[in-house]
Amino acid sequence: MIAFLINRLFQAAIVMFVISLLSFSIQDNLGDPLRELIGQSVSEADRMELREELGLNDSFLTQYFRFAGKAIQGDLGTSYFFKEPALEVILKKLPATLELVFGATVLIIVISIPVGVYSAINPSSLFSKVAMGISIIGISVPVFLTAIISIYIFSVELGWLPSFGRGVTEHVFGTWETGFFNVDGLLHLLLPCLSLASIMLPLFIRLIRAEMMEVLQSEYIKFAWAKGLSPRRIWFMHALKNTMLPVITVGGVQIGTMVAYTILTETVFQWPGMGFLFLEAVNRVDTPLIVAYLIVVGAIFVITNTIVDLIYGLVNPTVKLVGEK
Amino acid sequence: MSFLEVKNLEVSFNLRGKSLKALQNISFDLERGERLGIVGESGAGKSVAAFAILNLISRPGKITAGEVLLDGQDLSKLSPQEMRKIRGNKVSMIFQDPMMTLNPVFTIGTQMIECLKAHRKISKSNAVKIAIQKLKLVQIPSPEMRMNQYPHELSGGMKQRIIIAIALLMDPALIIADEPTTALDVTIQAEIMALLLDLCESNNVALILITHDLGVVSQVTQKTIVMYAGRIIEQGPTNEIINDAQHPYTQGLINALPQQTLPGEKLNQIRGSMPSLQDIPSGCSFNPRCDFVLDICTKQRPEFTQSGGCSVACHMVKAMKDAEKGHSAYE
Repeated sequence: MIAFLINRLFQAAIVMFVISLLSFSIQDNLGDPLRELIGQSVSEADRMELREELGLNDSFLTQYFRFAGKAIQGDLGTSYFFKEPALEVILKKLPATLELVFGATVLIIVISIPVGVYSAINPSSLFSKVAMGISIIGISVPVFLTAIISIYIFSVELGWLPSFGRGVTEHVFGTWETGFFNVDGLLHLLLPCLSLASIMLPLFIRLIRAEMMEVLQSEYIKFAWAKGLSPRRIWFMHALKNTMLPVITVGGVQIGTMVAYTILTETVFQWPGMGFLFLEAVNRVDTPLIVAYLIVVGAIFVITNTIVDLIYGLVNPTVKLVGEK
Repeated sequence: MSFLEVKNLEVSFNLRGKSLKALQNISFDLERGERLGIVGESGAGKSVAAFAILNLISRPGKITAGEVLLDGQDLSKLSPQEMRKIRGNKVSMIFQDPMMTLNPVFTIGTQMIECLKAHRKISKSNAVKIAIQKLKLVQIPSPEMRMNQYPHELSGGMKQRIIIAIALLMDPALIIADEPTTALDVTIQAEIMALLLDLCESNNVALILITHDLGVVSQVTQKTIVMYAGRIIEQGPTNEIINDAQHPYTQGLINALPQQTLPGEKLNQIRGSMPSLQDIPSGCSFNPRCDFVLDICTKQRPEFTQSGGCSVACHMVKAMKDAEKGHSAYE
């Protein structure tokens, strides 16, 4: 386990190096940060001086290594717009985004497993046909459209749910702002979470159904029936555990992808999270913030995948984590 | 009344509104401790017959006619809950491929104990005790350790022994073994078969052995059924069928054994192949492949004719029997 983690840490370092290099290399192509920083009215000589001061005239590699050297110490540069350390700006917005992703993940798990399992066991039932039909629609409709339609229906027409923002939030664990512990915060979470889940949820329902149907055809399930076990035990122990193996692998990658999808959802719902911040940063050519965002998202990907691999090792006895005896 | 009586069993598969009969007119009986072999090529319906006894035919197939009487109780009419009490308890099954039969994500112990717990109220420690005792019975070395191992940690032969141990957990009266040695190494095959035979004999367990190995059938069973295209075409005492097969198909199967050919010679085979269920020939379903076709063979399905201890569904055999009696219809 520890050997596995060390091994993973080493891989993560390489991945983070590549991500930082890529994200750093795009910053020259996003426009002139000086325009945002000082506006039009500054003389050319002052501009040159400021460029020199910010190190923008150095070669790419020099700039990168200067950046990397600071990044290793946790300094991802200073946001041009906020005039604060970029990492701090992002981490302040992280709780909002993580809560959104967490809410969507919970929705996906709670809905996709029962629906997928039921429609695998009763593939020709009306419920399963309707679920398959709706899921195709869910996969095909883009997130922003789902979001806008759901705002129209539930906020504008019915007036049941708020259409933007986080609502009332409370401070827990020091700086963590959460909307989980009061009704208003939860109501504000509902629509954004549903929209964020709208692509992954149908995907998972279909994935679980397809995997489960295949597993139900396998010899060991027939043998389980021949042993006289109860249907409940066969479906929810024997079949489900095998069904979940590939689902966990896909799920790990998708949670990371969902962090990326939040850009759309957060924009539509004016959700004050990382994705919304990122879009603003792009508009303002706030390159340190953009680079910091990409690196933080990359790190989230690496962390979730490591956790998923650990879980997979626990669930699947035929997989041995590296270094385990 | 016999211990197991199968009467006119019929299994159909509904495919797009068309009903295909995978099994027709299957009748046989079995006493306690008796061993029956079911032979035939792939697609003859042997496995369907085995699964039909435990009502385990998977959709879209189902039993459409006939009875399976176990101690007088018709299994085909039982509710799913009642049927569950029979499976793995009074009647257990051994499957073809031990690599696929055990669930890869559970330990051997879990898969044994759950079977015991499904059929009786038993404490975990007692269940463990019984499981270990059965593992010893099938000659698994260090059984306590195996209980905590996963299937992928064991060899194929070892897994099949464990599956046999699972089949024996509830001391069944009947074991249905669907080609139990086909997927194993030749050297292991004989060991497993000897073990199965020994366990059946010493515990007075009846055995239905499904196989296409006539050699195994002749060593293990007292009775044999030969199946073709979903029907029984010959049945009787094993020694009569092996030594004096009447049906041309059975003769063909026996001639196809490698022992029937001298070294270096080409092996005998039955020409053609088993018809699919969708286009079974009229009359005797074997007629396109038979070397002794009579006119009537393509027109009329043969009834069973008694020949010695065997019943044979063949027009030619009937014609010869009639000729012996001196009033043949074909003279």
